[in-house]
Amino acid sequence: MASAPSSSTRPTASRPGIHLPDTARDLVKILVAGPFGVGKTTLIDSVSEIRPLHTEERLTEASAQVDDLDGVREKTSTTVAIDFGRISLPGGVVLYMFGTPGQERFRALWDDIAYGALGALVLVDSRRLDASFDVLGLVEESGLPYAVALNTFPDAPRHHTPEQLRAALDLEPGTPLVTCDAREAGSCVDALLALVQHLIDRRPPERR
Amino acid sequence: MTGRRGGRRLVPAYLSTNGTARPSRPQLERLSLLTTSGTPVPPGLPAAQLALLDALREGSLTVVEAAALLELPVSAVRVLAGDLLDQDLVLARAPVPVAERFDPDLLKRVADGLRALKQH
Repeated sequence: MASAPSSSTRPTASRPGIHLPDTARDLVKILVAGPFGVGKTTLIDSVSEIRPLHTEERLTEASAQVDDLDGVREKTSTTVAIDFGRISLPGGVVLYMFGTPGQERFRALWDDIAYGALGALVLVDSRRLDASFDVLGLVEESGLPYAVALNTFPDAPRHHTPEQLRAALDLEPGTPLVTCDAREAGSCVDALLALVQHLIDRRPPERR
Repeated sequence: MTGRRGGRRLVPAYLSTNGTARPSRPQLERLSLLTTSGTPVPPGLPAAQLALLDALREGSLTVVEAAALLELPVSAVRVLAGDLLDQDLVLARAPVPVAERFDPDLLKRVADGLRALKQH
């Protein structure tokens, strides 16, 4: 995808594409949430107009205990890389996608990233559904509306019916469940659309 | 090109903010949009503030994009941007006007925009 066209007066940026076009007006974000290795960065890379960027985030004290290895008490902080990308849409809307790991130990970070988010697209891997329980719990606790997208890995079992998946993931009847190939831009856009349509269809949220 | 790979970051995080851990104003959001104000830069500005100003000279950036570009934690960029805001050297804009936060029209524009992407 080409980077957003810049006006002719703009000097050639040494890092083309990263700076926002002057037309950018409303910046919105969704979380692309899921366990490590489920394809969050792949999905973001497939649709982002910029090469995905990342920030190094320090985890808080609470996480140090979880990460603590025997005899390594000095290890008091851990960092995690949070990938993100964006899509400039017509009408001045820029949609940001933040790849967000869903373990409980990332809660403080999660809350910060989720602040002001429209919703979450939860990516799951049918080979290890249980790895997604934590993230589904976090999303539900944070009150973010969400949709679930099953990333179709080539060697993933295909015998799950949607009903079986819903039951296994304990999804509410109204929660969208779609399949997508995180490597395919069109497929990822469809999954994002399923989420946004869900946000439109549900009752207007209470102000938080 | 987001900085030097494998090397040390340009400014160590703990030095970048001159030891300040909290921004001087209400928390900037990750997607707060930073722009230079055009005010002449006074001499003697700390290197990290200059680095942020420099990054903004080519165009607007969100807080999180500036953090990625400068290889600094988001928390450090919040402090730096807060300092620059206090000196009127940068302007910050909320990601979405407050009145639009829960505007169904905004969601519709996102959906329409995504559908338009699929046409191409």
